[in-house]
Amino acid sequence: MIARALLRTSAAPAGGTRLETMRSDPPLTLRQTGPGRVHLVATGAGPLGGDRLALGVDVAPGTSLEIRSVGATLVLPGHVPGESSMTVHARVGAGATLRFLPEPTVLAAGCSHRMTVRLSLAPDATVVWREEIVFGRHGERPGRCHTRFDATVFDTTGAGRPLLRQDLVVGDGHTDGSPAVYGDARCVGSTLVAGPEWRTQPDGKDERRAETGDGWAALPLAGPGVLSSALAADAVELRRRLERAEDAALRLAVAW
Amino acid sequence: MDDRSHGDGHRPGGGPGDAALLLLADSRLPAGGHAHSGGAEEAVRLGTITDAGDLARFLRGRLATAGLVTAALAAAACELARTGHHPGREEDLATLWRQLDAEADARTASPAQREAGRTQGRLLLRTARRMWPSPALDTLGVAVPEGAHHPVVLGAAAAAAGCVPYQAALAAAYTAVTGPATAAVRLLGLDPVTVHRLLADLAPALNDAAHAACASLIDSVVTDDADPLAVDPCGDDRRRPPGGIGPDGDDATSSPEPGSAPGAGPCRGAGWPALPGHAAPALDLLAEGHLKNAMKLFVS
Repeated sequence: MIARALLRTSAAPAGGTRLETMRSDPPLTLRQTGPGRVHLVATGAGPLGGDRLALGVDVAPGTSLEIRSVGATLVLPGHVPGESSMTVHARVGAGATLRFLPEPTVLAAGCSHRMTVRLSLAPDATVVWREEIVFGRHGERPGRCHTRFDATVFDTTGAGRPLLRQDLVVGDGHTDGSPAVYGDARCVGSTLVAGPEWRTQPDGKDERRAETGDGWAALPLAGPGVLSSALAADAVELRRRLERAEDAALRLAVAW
Repeated sequence: MDDRSHGDGHRPGGGPGDAALLLLADSRLPAGGHAHSGGAEEAVRLGTITDAGDLARFLRGRLATAGLVTAALAAAACELARTGHHPGREEDLATLWRQLDAEADARTASPAQREAGRTQGRLLLRTARRMWPSPALDTLGVAVPEGAHHPVVLGAAAAAAGCVPYQAALAAAYTAVTGPATAAVRLLGLDPVTVHRLLADLAPALNDAAHAACASLIDSVVTDDADPLAVDPCGDDRRRPPGGIGPDGDDATSSPEPGSAPGAGPCRGAGWPALPGHAAPALDLLAEGHLKNAMKLFVS
């Protein structure tokens, strides 16, 4: 199954955000649930092996959009061998805000999944982007999943500087349980918080300090952002740790 | 540099770089590498590495993540240093070095790891410039005055020493596991032969990582047939950055040509955005925790 959904905002004449385009493509179904807020509603099982799902998000300058999902995404193997994929490309314009806060992705046994996110940010765009991956349902060994996340910040001349490039591979028996990678954890989560409030001081060569706690860290990036990262035994603990890390990331915002 | 003995420069084989590779990867190289445990010290303190079995899993995971990423960055740096230097174009080259260093930054979320990487990079550059003086190392030092990331310097030093990108990648992958391995011997009092057996077992994976690193350098960026913004009915150009402020520098379309003739300027670095960025969340947590340990023996 191939599905391509699209979401774009425009500035309302009286100020505020209008949903200019909201094109669902089952199983990716979009529902407006508030002003500038959209929920992804899965109208079908999966993704299943062979499915190629894509979501485009374009947040116009000065507008703000929040995307959530109604429930967790359960990635399943298909009837035929083949990868499933989910691709999200998002552009966030000048002065715009995007909050992407879906429920976790659960990797069922035997799945083979590819997740790709490409995020392009205008110089003064703000983004909060959360990803949570659960290694199988209760007591289940997960299938395979490879995620790739690319975030680029463009300056006013149009030159891009990479903010974060990150691959995560889950389901590789050699590395999953490594004390260097996930250790005993059964879930991994990260939230990128980026925007002008997190830019580094122009004169400061020294790295900003991270904040850490039990199983989580808020990591100031070299560019204008903080990556909150967490590992946990289950999805509930993961969310709790990730929210702590997100709070810490918000505290790392600089006042100018 | 003479390319004839190296074929495409990405395969192993006898050549002037072989002996230099040994020098570069040797733990006796006076560039401060012995002071870094790559997260092993904190893992030992927390009890996630207690014996040789834990260490084996730690090293395998480290190689598949940080090891692969540093190998790819080192290969890219080596290729740039070998083919990028033309008299009168130092300015372009400085920009490219800064770009590659920024790619390393974007793949290192932990500030403690960035700091450790830059510290090691500075020390290695100082040593390498005296061992293998070269314009590429001089330009790199000027381009990234705060100290380039270690794999970037390692790749440039490898080129200066006569190595090809594959050898640079191999040296990077090797140092990504040997540092933590020797640190663990000292921290846990493990039998050094047992630990070297672990490293011997990792040898095929080290070769694979170096090959994968070079392959990632050659592969063109996968064109995504499911690009949701490409099918935008409004007919937007997919390369338009947010706010329509110019060409999307992130969107590479052409592959670099390793070892290609000088002057292949426009596609230089075009493949860098797609280089591997394999993250290790536990290593990030270990690196930050280590920084707060006042009793630490190793810098990282």
